[in-house]
Amino acid sequence: MDTHRTIEAVWRIESPRLIAGLTRMVRDVGVAEDLAQDALVAALEQWPQSGVPDNPGAWLMATAKRRAIDRFRRSARLERKLDEVGRELALKEMVVPDMVSALDDDLGDDLLRLMFTCCHPVLSTEARVALTLRLLGGLSTVEIARAFVVPEATIAQRIVRAKRTLSEAHVPFEVPRGDDLAIRLSSVLEVIYLIFNEGYSATSGDDWLRPELCEDALRLGRILAECVSQEPEVHGLVALMEIQASRSRARVGPSGEPILLMNQNRAQWDQLLIRRGLAALERVERLGASFGPYALQAAIAACHARALTPEDTEWQRMVALYDALAQLTPSPIIELNRAVAVAMAFGPQAGLDLVDSLVSEPSLKNYHLLPSVRGDFLSKLGRYAEARTEFETAAELTRNAREQNLLLERARLCAVLSVG
Amino acid sequence: MRFMMLMIPKGYETAKPGAMPTAEAVAAMMKYNESLHKAGVLLALDGLHPPSMGTRVTFAGGKAKVTDGPFAEAKEVLGGYWMIQVKSKEEAVEWAKRCPGDDCIVEVRQVQEMSDFPDDVKKAAAGFSELQSGKPGRGNA
Repeated sequence: MDTHRTIEAVWRIESPRLIAGLTRMVRDVGVAEDLAQDALVAALEQWPQSGVPDNPGAWLMATAKRRAIDRFRRSARLERKLDEVGRELALKEMVVPDMVSALDDDLGDDLLRLMFTCCHPVLSTEARVALTLRLLGGLSTVEIARAFVVPEATIAQRIVRAKRTLSEAHVPFEVPRGDDLAIRLSSVLEVIYLIFNEGYSATSGDDWLRPELCEDALRLGRILAECVSQEPEVHGLVALMEIQASRSRARVGPSGEPILLMNQNRAQWDQLLIRRGLAALERVERLGASFGPYALQAAIAACHARALTPEDTEWQRMVALYDALAQLTPSPIIELNRAVAVAMAFGPQAGLDLVDSLVSEPSLKNYHLLPSVRGDFLSKLGRYAEARTEFETAAELTRNAREQNLLLERARLCAVLSVG
Repeated sequence: MRFMMLMIPKGYETAKPGAMPTAEAVAAMMKYNESLHKAGVLLALDGLHPPSMGTRVTFAGGKAKVTDGPFAEAKEVLGGYWMIQVKSKEEAVEWAKRCPGDDCIVEVRQVQEMSDFPDDVKKAAAGFSELQSGKPGRGNA
């Protein structure tokens, strides 16, 4: 097999733990990543000749630690800083091979610390996303740039700045405690879900779905769920992503056009992911806490997942879940979704009444789904001329080419029906 | 991409009915299973009873013939599988290399996706995902 591709795979598996372990030692994410990169370069130089070592993770860690010692020696010679000499001694002790297995026990904690660091509030959301994908997802700058359809230099710069910000702010490498934990955890969950959503309904570019990004987010979510297994919302998020991802195959038609949930061929939903999603939701229930926003959204997604046909959906249960969600995190977007469930449970007029109260909502002014949903209710009520205008407005507002085509298609259909 | 890692333990072809691995072997394997799970790549896994408890239905010239295990001619038999989701075949192989195998083969095979097939095969297999889901599809409702 191609050694370079093998090294790439080893990197994908080992780099998060490697960088997390190194950060704990050197207390600086940027330095830790540089050291890890040094080890990667060494692997790329040596493995094609020597072959991939039996324990590539330990090899990379040992190499990175040697680089760390060299580095601290150099800077100690230059600056003679006592604390760095101290660190050098600490590092020397860690190079003892037995320490590698001792480190294993801490690995889960280190990964968790790294997640909290990458999603630290001193960073912008964009920076959190890029840094998380790079350090925890093992993605290259090129891969991240491609996923977000931005120039590689932009992502590279974003990551460099983020590491500098963390270093300058002296962000401690730790798992937050007490009240802080909940706030900081929600930032981590938000970043993972943002990554997922960028893959699930891309906000820009020609493709509507980037499944690789969904898989990256799911992988991060599953890792996090094992690091903080007592946190119900982590399982809620995993459940939500598993169930949403289960529909990937059914959401895109043969020519790449999006297919709305109610029109999807449910037999194409991935039952393995649905089972995993429902199992994650059960874990939330077993923890006994009341459902948070992610668990509620997962429970809503589960209503769809359990229904053999759209008609089988427990719409009234879904309305109740949306009520709970709207209470917990009031937002016009949730109201809009609730209106859709209400329309299914109690008819399009009931849905339209709710949506009409949202039309003047400033935050939805440029949100394409508002006219899209309103158009849907109007067309179901036979008010095709009004529906057509709504679909056209929605088409103008969306940035996604595929979605735009779908909306224009619906507008055309309404035009035909309104004449007939 | 999804891959199956197929576990083919040496000697399992002649294992007695009810043969079980030792507690130590299971403990080592559990550690491995957990590492897959904690890395977020494990989707599903199962172990299989030995072939001495199984039955083969052999087809020759379209006729079915039933033979109870063990199967004298079998050289390599399945003992179980892991289904993993990874980025590349190389990554699947890297995970397979970490299996605490003593005397066994772990075969890495990619799971077929509908998009892998040419159009005529896709058409012939149109109801396949319906079958996987166990839900009534277009044809068999």
